Amino acid sequence: MIQIKQVSKSFGHVNVLKDIHLEVPESHIYALIGPSGAGKSTLIRSINALESIQAGEILVDGISVHDSKTDINKVRSNIGFVFQSFNLYPHLTAVENVAIAPIQVKKVAKEEAEEKAKKLLTSLGLGDKFASYPGQLSGGQQQRVAIARALAMDPKVMLFDEPTSALDPEMIKEVLDAIRHLASTGMTMVVVTHEMGFAREICNQIVFMADGRIVEVAPPEQFFTNPQTDRAKDFLSKVLNH
Amino acid sequence: MGSWRVIPEHMPILLDGLWMTLQISACALLVSIPVGIILGLCRISRNRFVSFIAVCYVEFVRGVPLLVLLFWIYFVLGKILKMGPFLSGVVGLGLFSAAFIAEIVRAGIQAVPRGQMEAARSSGMTYFQAMRFIILPQAFRKVVPPMASQFITLIKDSSLVSVISVVDLTLIAKNVVATSFRAMEVWTFVAIMYFCVTFFLSQLINVIERRYRVSE
Repeated sequence: MIQIKQVSKSFGHVNVLKDIHLEVPESHIYALIGPSGAGKSTLIRSINALESIQAGEILVDGISVHDSKTDINKVRSNIGFVFQSFNLYPHLTAVENVAIAPIQVKKVAKEEAEEKAKKLLTSLGLGDKFASYPGQLSGGQQQRVAIARALAMDPKVMLFDEPTSALDPEMIKEVLDAIRHLASTGMTMVVVTHEMGFAREICNQIVFMADGRIVEVAPPEQFFTNPQTDRAKDFLSKVLNH
Repeated sequence: MGSWRVIPEHMPILLDGLWMTLQISACALLVSIPVGIILGLCRISRNRFVSFIAVCYVEFVRGVPLLVLLFWIYFVLGKILKMGPFLSGVVGLGLFSAAFIAEIVRAGIQAVPRGQMEAARSSGMTYFQAMRFIILPQAFRKVVPPMASQFITLIKDSSLVSVISVVDLTLIAKNVVATSFRAMEVWTFVAIMYFCVTFFLSQLINVIERRYRVSE
């Protein structure tokens, strides 16, 4: 579903992505983990072209994302993206936040889009927050609205960029539960996360990045019990023993 | 102390002047808002040429005194395009104010967090859809206060059109003083008239601002 081929990127003299190869098959869930500055966010943001790349190619559902001939808006409407800082639209209600892209991009009728938005919000436990503005919601609620907003476009792929990093500890579970539920529906997902237990539980593969490279790709059991590289061992010893 | 009689005696003509001031200010406003918004959008355009043109305009107009700009438009541009004093005044005030509105619009748009544009674009919206439905409505709320003070400045600046023989409140007042020799009374009253208009406007804008804040 997602093919990343020999992708490189640099900001000035700093190489943030170095020759990245990765394939995410349909209905698989991949976690991107690693120390900060490893290039995880840059990589996930380049999958829907929020970041440009300087070399290589990224295909989503067979379409080359960074090709200038590609209609990027069309590609993006098939990719749900959830941000660390939610980025909900503060001037719109929860329902409007979820419905606006289907209305404007897919030209769905307003009533239909809002009906669907309400269903999505209800399924995420936000049945009583339809008319709330983002400023009136907790962080966990805002992030669930953001997930509903991404799902409203019926994406083929969902990308999560540290979806729980900006949340208070007691709100992390409600967001992870929403992602777990999504996982059970067979959605293809890539998740940048620092929640190791969560990554171990729901992901098919752990992708460990450091210094702009993919250092190790392995199923979670193998990665967490028997990492092959020193870099991964070092990282795990720091994040698991505290 | 009977000197204040000069005011009621000249009330009709002073009100005519006030009406002209309001008309020329309103027309200049109608010119400056669309021009200012377009310039502000050009200013942040990713197209270097477009933003360069907007920067040049803003810098040039802000760097020239309004009085000189009005003279230039009336005596140079006005002669070529056959514009009378009123039209020259509207164009001069409008283009002058547009430069300031452009800066307000630019600042308002740039005050909207980057993540808003990213969220909108990542859901498949075009740049223009994202601007129209996500960025500009938020920027609008942020620009209401500075925009309001710009409108008030515009009304006050409109007194300068009296020098290109637009018969506004200031020119009428000057004429009344010339014939009645009651400078203190007339200029005091005219100052109060300007103040009443701008005070009313700022109160009106306060109401609008409060309404938008509630709905947020």
